[in-house]
Amino acid sequence: MADKYDIILSGVGGQGVLSVAAVISIAAMKDGYTLRQSEVHGMAQRGGAVLAHMRISKTVIASDLIPMGCADVVLSMEPMESLRYVNFLKPEGILISAAAPYENIPDYPDLEGIHKQIESLKRSRIIDAKALAKEAGTMKAVNMVMVGALSSQLNIREESIVEAVKEIFASKGEKIVAANLKAVELGKKTGAEL
Amino acid sequence: MSEMLVLGDEALALGAIDAGLGVAYGYPGTPSTEILEFIQKYAKANNSEIIARWCTNEKTAYEGTVGVSYAGKRSLVTMKHVGLNVAADAFMNSALLEINGGLVLAVADDPGMHSSQNEQDSRYYANFANIICLEPRNHQETYDMTIEAYRISELFHIPVMIKMVTRLSHSRSVITRIDSLPIKDLGTAKDKLKWMALPALSRNNWKELLEKQKTFLEYSIDSKFNTLKINKNFKEFGVITTGLGGNYFFENIDDLENKPSHLHIAVYPVPLKQIKELAAAVDSLIVVEEGYPFVEKMLNGIISETLPVHGKLDGTLPPSGELNPDSVRLALGLAPRVSQEVKIGILPGRPPQLCVGCPHADSFHALNAALENYDESIVTGDIGCYALGALPPHSAIETLLCMGASIGMARGASEAGRKHVVASIGDGTFLHSGVTALIDAASANTNMTLMIMDNSTTAMTGMQDTIMTSPMIKNIVLACGVAPEHLRELKVLPKNHEENTQIMKEEIEYEGLSVIITLRECIHVVGKVRGVIK
Repeated sequence: MADKYDIILSGVGGQGVLSVAAVISIAAMKDGYTLRQSEVHGMAQRGGAVLAHMRISKTVIASDLIPMGCADVVLSMEPMESLRYVNFLKPEGILISAAAPYENIPDYPDLEGIHKQIESLKRSRIIDAKALAKEAGTMKAVNMVMVGALSSQLNIREESIVEAVKEIFASKGEKIVAANLKAVELGKKTGAEL
Repeated sequence: MSEMLVLGDEALALGAIDAGLGVAYGYPGTPSTEILEFIQKYAKANNSEIIARWCTNEKTAYEGTVGVSYAGKRSLVTMKHVGLNVAADAFMNSALLEINGGLVLAVADDPGMHSSQNEQDSRYYANFANIICLEPRNHQETYDMTIEAYRISELFHIPVMIKMVTRLSHSRSVITRIDSLPIKDLGTAKDKLKWMALPALSRNNWKELLEKQKTFLEYSIDSKFNTLKINKNFKEFGVITTGLGGNYFFENIDDLENKPSHLHIAVYPVPLKQIKELAAAVDSLIVVEEGYPFVEKMLNGIISETLPVHGKLDGTLPPSGELNPDSVRLALGLAPRVSQEVKIGILPGRPPQLCVGCPHADSFHALNAALENYDESIVTGDIGCYALGALPPHSAIETLLCMGASIGMARGASEAGRKHVVASIGDGTFLHSGVTALIDAASANTNMTLMIMDNSTTAMTGMQDTIMTSPMIKNIVLACGVAPEHLRELKVLPKNHEENTQIMKEEIEYEGLSVIITLRECIHVVGKVRGVIK
């Protein structure tokens, strides 16, 4: 596996995209990576499309933004949002999206068509993150399922991810930590089947 | 020495803290908000004596820091680019004072207008005021430059600007910190003649500032933050970069067969010596700047007129919006990278919208109903979450100019002869700079209605406390000269819709100035109190 990953994280404001970024950032740092992670604050967070560029590397990173055709992974909390960023993917890059749509706009396109487009890519995966989060014990852990799926594609140690999840959710009690760890585990298992 | 994962804004905050900061003031504004927020959190967590407070607006914040400097402590003032327009009077004149405790102005530009009404470039302000500006392009540089800014502010006795941009302010990376210096106290400034902007004194202080320009230029030429690399073996083109343009250049450099000579400018005034040196070594120049073509426009007069210059002015780079690695790649003559595609038409946009349950939605709903049957009406809008009232399904406001402008514009529209004119503004923005226009309207008993949507917070920028609580706003409105019987307070809840609409109608029909305060806490404030949202 490589020593450098460019990851596009997408979703809708409120779906926990930035928490996904936080877990991966902390874990990557534990494994000796340096990183740049660009995110959106302010007006764009009010139910709008959210995009974060996450670059982790063992060497110097010049730009906060990922160039077109350079992303190893597009990880999306929402299927339509994932399609906005396909041109960031490198030719052998992979798109991973949660299956369920977030319909807060009147003109949301046909979901089947969206899923078909995702499946038309060379490497892609649609994950039923809601079902896995439910299995893990909390519907709030959908984003941690996606963390798990993403981690299956990265050279980051499992222990580092676990520690990062513990750090982020520690204040919410052991039960929440356990559910989120379970979500990561389930996501990773599904992601590894890719 | 310690390492930390921080936002660009937080790197700046830590630079100020570690440089011995005494007092920080600011006004929230994306993308600058996290600077002061971080200092507040830091001071609380570390039991520090650093004072960090939000102010009524950018001007009062700036004036506060000038007072701190006079008294001898290091100060920081934070704002977004358009906030500096509000603080410009204090800022411009402060350049003529003999700054005592280091004064650093952190201003965050928003190229691409992610959350702003324009993309003005703050380097013009630094140039306008004849002071030094430092422009970092990564987190460590942000941290290091902030510490350096305090040193040179005290060395040259000037305010120093640090220019941030959204992509740096809101990017996370790792910095290495030095050990924090204790809060520095130089004592009150001794030479009072250097602290009074009286014409007779200003003439002299202005001359001295102009004389200092030579020193500033020498500083810039010697600064390690300006870097020049000449490649004698490749003359076809050289590159000048500023800000994040430098990062995007380096992102693409590996793909360039011949590495061009390159000057990165991070310290202003621009280093004339290096520009001339670069110009002499190449047959043409490409200028890559995040922001306006500030350096590009300056080149004419520094270098030979016959040397071709490419950049934003000739369309080599897009003249508006943010730069990115791809636009810079094309400007450097490289082919686009190969990427993947899907065959799908244009995806529907997903614009930001008012949150479900937002009290502003109920205010707009009632206002729309109140205005429904008039042939003529005007609703002016203002800056905040409620600017989203411009979009469907609300489509309630017609104008947006700048902080506080809804009230002044409504007054003007009314006095131009229009009927049923309503200004809509939030509590934070009203206090920021709407209140002065209300005094104007009250002085003439202008026939208009002001709707203050009081949600008890500065919501747009992340729930900062407003400078004043709801009951006090009512007192201010009355003190401006609004008739008590035409100040109405409404609780905006869906169940009160009919009643609220009726009251709004009454006040809109009243021939004179009326004020309606629509009250209900932002749903996120309610969440915060209940511990739901953090």
